Amino acid sequence: MKVLLSKPGLDGHDVGVKVLAHGLIDAGFQVVYTGLRKTIEEIVDIAVKNKVDIIGMSILSGTHLVLAQRMKEVLAERKLNIPWFVGGNIPAKDIEKLKKLGAHNAFATGSKVADVVNYFNSIKVKA
Amino acid sequence: MSTTKTKKTAEDLGVKRVYLESGLEVDPVYTASDTENSNSKNEMPGVYPFTRGIHPTMYRNKPFTIRQYAGFASPEETNERFQFLIKNGQSGLNVAFDLPTQCGLDSDDLRAFGEVGRVGMSIDTLHDFEIAFKNIDLDKITVSMTINGTAIILIAMYIAMAEKAGYDISTLRGTAQNDILKEFIGRGTWIFPVDKSVKLVVDTIEYCAKHVPKYSPVSVCGYHIRESGANPIQEMAYAFCIAKAYTDGALSRGITIDDFASRLSFNFDIYGNLFEQVAKFRGGRRLWAKIIREEYGAKKDSSCWLRMIAGGGGGGLTKEQPENNIVRSAYYALISALSGTQTMALCSYDEAYTIPTEHSAEISLRTMQIMIHEMGICDTVDPLGGSYYVEALTDKFEEEIKKEMKTVEKWDGIVNAVATGKIQESVSKQAYVREMGMQTGKVPKVGVNIYTREEEAKEVEFHPYNLDAANAQIGKLKTTKAARNAEKVKACLALVKQDAIDDKNLMPAIIAAVKEYCTVGEIVTAMKEVYGEFKEPIFF
Repeated sequence: MKVLLSKPGLDGHDVGVKVLAHGLIDAGFQVVYTGLRKTIEEIVDIAVKNKVDIIGMSILSGTHLVLAQRMKEVLAERKLNIPWFVGGNIPAKDIEKLKKLGAHNAFATGSKVADVVNYFNSIKVKA
Repeated sequence: MSTTKTKKTAEDLGVKRVYLESGLEVDPVYTASDTENSNSKNEMPGVYPFTRGIHPTMYRNKPFTIRQYAGFASPEETNERFQFLIKNGQSGLNVAFDLPTQCGLDSDDLRAFGEVGRVGMSIDTLHDFEIAFKNIDLDKITVSMTINGTAIILIAMYIAMAEKAGYDISTLRGTAQNDILKEFIGRGTWIFPVDKSVKLVVDTIEYCAKHVPKYSPVSVCGYHIRESGANPIQEMAYAFCIAKAYTDGALSRGITIDDFASRLSFNFDIYGNLFEQVAKFRGGRRLWAKIIREEYGAKKDSSCWLRMIAGGGGGGLTKEQPENNIVRSAYYALISALSGTQTMALCSYDEAYTIPTEHSAEISLRTMQIMIHEMGICDTVDPLGGSYYVEALTDKFEEEIKKEMKTVEKWDGIVNAVATGKIQESVSKQAYVREMGMQTGKVPKVGVNIYTREEEAKEVEFHPYNLDAANAQIGKLKTTKAARNAEKVKACLALVKQDAIDDKNLMPAIIAAVKEYCTVGEIVTAMKEVYGEFKEPIFF
């Protein structure tokens, strides 16, 4: 299973997303990382080009709802059905909102790498 | 009598072996034999190489400066805050900027949507500076700007604003963070390729040395490098390599070391093992003094001073049982004071999940004040000096930082190590090891993996995005742009571009451009046309 980890928007905090990248690789996943400050369009391009199975967005500046909305729109415009999830400074009350926007899941800071890995393993089984 | 024979190892004593975050092993007991050949024997504070502090008495006359970080969304709010501070007898303020300003985008740029005014003040043109500093006596307040990627433009705006208001810029004070090399390692607000980015920092140093000599154009930040995963040895080593890169650049412009070095300051992290941090600062201070005198030939003592702000320590604070962070911060403040810092700032205990309240900010302030007034911390300089353990560890740190700096040399220097992602790669691997150590319980953390309790998950909070304020900022930008002399704007931007092509110091052209109200985005675009953009090496 191939995972794209991305940093949309202007937020430059990338410690967490890189920690997760290491964790996923250690758990046997393939990981592609976009680097900082990508637009949603660029992220979707990279996802398509690399034929990833799922897109992760790391957002710590509080703009997660705006960016999730955009992800929903871009995927719809391009008629793509790639599952996506969000990680970062996500208030608990926004997790449901993100799911309503189409996020497969959302992980707040402080989530355990093992829990995220378990989540990926669970959707791998389903797929 | 030899004391060496009486010293016992962990094995002899039947106790477990202990290692510091830096990887150094700690002996169960230290004796006089450990400091027999110490480099700091008979050293006095205030005397080269300043292991024990840069001043002979440090805090007895004047405690460290307390400077808390604050961000305000709009230039208008910032102005109100300045007025309030001056009325209350304060003299300094740290200014934070929003991400579009930090990344060189105007408020009306599509990529700025959702970010205008979110994490700090939004600046598009000199007009915003003029609003922020309206009726403020710049002789009475010192402004510290947390700005990096676009520092050259904002320093130019500060100077232009002061000049237009009739100040003599030869006495203008203030500081800018302006440490772009650490932005490539952590924090991430880079714009241009690494070598061009360093050139721009050197432009500001050269211009300030010649025209605004009281301004401190650079504060080198080990802090963010450590927060990104570096250990305490690497934090110091990388910061020193970065400071040397800027110093080398300044010297290549014909500035002497004694003209420049005393304007350089540092920003370091303080969380972790108390003794390790104190030794880090003492050993680092000695090494930096030696570098500046022995390698660069500085004559003035003040050139050799490692002047620092040591505070924050956000990486050590936890969302779990957040009241524990009050206790942690008190220890961090103690570390900082025992290390001889010039300026201190603490994180608020609730910062990990919410916007610090006035109450939590007050607790931080009181933590430092209790230490100053009740704990006797200011009575005697370098109170840990002479401790067998601390002195031995101080020597070890000097040696290890030096060794780590050699490693960077092997990577063809810091500029290359950053451009190729070498440093980012090593730092991010360590961040992973550290995080897994924490998550698996190998690295004990109270409230996180030991002494945990069932507690309600803390709700993360953000300032709600103020769309009206963002639209007002965009409206203001439109009005300002419409009132400009289009010909002059075009000519100014062309000059910025031409000077970039000719590899001239860009400060004069940028100062001229901001005076004609060219925007941050327009100036950055003109520079990008010549310099291109940084291509991030994808390492993790």
